[in-house]
Amino acid sequence: MLLVVVEHDGNAVVEAGLEALTFGRALANRMGADLHAALIGADDDSMIEQVGRFGAARVHVAAPEELHDYSPYGYGAIVAALVAELDPEAVLACATSRGNEVMATAAAHLDAALVANCAEISPGDPWRITRVQWGGSLLEDVTVDADVTLLTCSLHTVIAAPGDTENDLEVEYFDVGIDDMAIATMVKDRVVLEAGVTLPTAPVVCGGGRGVGSAAGFAQLEELAELLGGRVGCSRAVTNLGWRPHSDQVGQTGTRIAPEIYIASGISGAIQHWVGAMASKHILAVNIDPEANMVIKADWAVIADLHEVIPAITAEIRSRRS
Amino acid sequence: MRICCCIKRVPAPGARINVTADGLDVDSAHLGFTTSPHEECAVECAVQLVERNGGEVTVLTLGLVDAVEQLRYAVSVGASKAVLVNADSNAWDPQRTAAALAAAIAELEATQGRFDLMLFGNESADAGGFQVGVRVAHALGRPMVQGIKDIELHDDETTGRVVTARREIDGGFEVYELCCPCVLGVMEGLNLPRYPTMKGRLSSKKVEISEISANADPGVQKRVRLHRPSEMVTETVILGTGPEAAPAVVDVLEELGVL
Repeated sequence: MLLVVVEHDGNAVVEAGLEALTFGRALANRMGADLHAALIGADDDSMIEQVGRFGAARVHVAAPEELHDYSPYGYGAIVAALVAELDPEAVLACATSRGNEVMATAAAHLDAALVANCAEISPGDPWRITRVQWGGSLLEDVTVDADVTLLTCSLHTVIAAPGDTENDLEVEYFDVGIDDMAIATMVKDRVVLEAGVTLPTAPVVCGGGRGVGSAAGFAQLEELAELLGGRVGCSRAVTNLGWRPHSDQVGQTGTRIAPEIYIASGISGAIQHWVGAMASKHILAVNIDPEANMVIKADWAVIADLHEVIPAITAEIRSRRS
Repeated sequence: MRICCCIKRVPAPGARINVTADGLDVDSAHLGFTTSPHEECAVECAVQLVERNGGEVTVLTLGLVDAVEQLRYAVSVGASKAVLVNADSNAWDPQRTAAALAAAIAELEATQGRFDLMLFGNESADAGGFQVGVRVAHALGRPMVQGIKDIELHDDETTGRVVTARREIDGGFEVYELCCPCVLGVMEGLNLPRYPTMKGRLSSKKVEISEISANADPGVQKRVRLHRPSEMVTETVILGTGPEAAPAVVDVLEELGVL
């Protein structure tokens, strides 16, 4: 049996949780095994129904009352307890920061291997796995020979899609005790900084690099992003120069974006930045250098000074709308 | 307060990474090395906390003797003690790395006293296993939270020293409160690491590097080979060479339905 740990935000299963189920459905198929799901910290009918539509045959709901918010230790300990109880061959989550953290905690509890950020998984004896290193610029083939293998699948490896057939979903409630460490590491408070569209979910991202020239130079990108209902992103060089906050950084040590289109202006496209941007569905590069890595990898490019092109694009959009 | 930072020597991010002929390691012949970016911020954070609250920062790394370069760098920006956990390879699996680090930390604590706070990078820039810090914390029985981008300390009458840590999530922050001793996995963006001063450089040359030999059994994850993903070949359509390209750009946006 393959157990998929389904990530949610308290209200609904998040996209990464659906990706894990989609990835897990194909993996369970290759294993010739049943697909079970674990819903931790939420006993919610609509989430349970969602998990069923994405192909799970059985869902294990573990929502102890004391665990009223996310706790890395609490969630990890529950995954470990589920493994002890259900004896799955493998456990899978999506490699988000929470997914990796919960699985690492579970792996520590079980003294089991965790293979993080997997791109391809071939079950067998031993399991053969290709995992992502360097944020995607290098791949590592590993083997794992163990009673239970813990895995996280790399974000955006698959596009979340419901299963073809409707299962009769069995719901099981997993009664589990909570210890002090779970309470000690539970979220104490939540601070909402912005409602609405955020960098990881924006349909359009207007990115700027060193070529923007200054903090003030980003005003043109802000204007375009606002017009398109998108967000401004930037390269690591820009945050290091102090032109933008780190929360705007797209890259290996920043945010992974996946917009419909990424408009990358004055960005050379170093590997560190590229790995954060490569899940974009389309890329338009604006750069004075036709040989820039970003231009070579883009679907479309404008070879010109971004400070001339971006205002012209903004003006064109305004004139078409009016 | 006593703070321990676990750091890792990695090839400088951004360089093109080549693989050795046997595929088992990164070819380091033409690479510069640095401290993994999240951990540079961990060291800076530890140094700032000690500047405000007193105490000392110990930096610790597991790897080959080359990693002394990164230990000395950490001393040049304010750490006071440096420990090399000597291993025969840079490519230990995460289970083995964590077990050896936990044993080394326990050994240090037995002679020098407990660390109030241990900082790890959220993940290393190269292997990206996302687990060594979590495993060490678990082995030592301490609370641990990953993904931290802001740390504040305060003293509480009943619980002692408390760390308030923030993790950035989509559209806001999660706030955690952990009693010391505790462990945090931190991320770039926590601060802007300082550059070494002349005085710092001098102390980094003089500091004695303690050595502990790494001791732990291999885990069950075995590397077969490293390889580069197949390069994506994209036909880039050039829409223009100046502002006159704007209508063509907006046509694209319209086609994608984002207008």
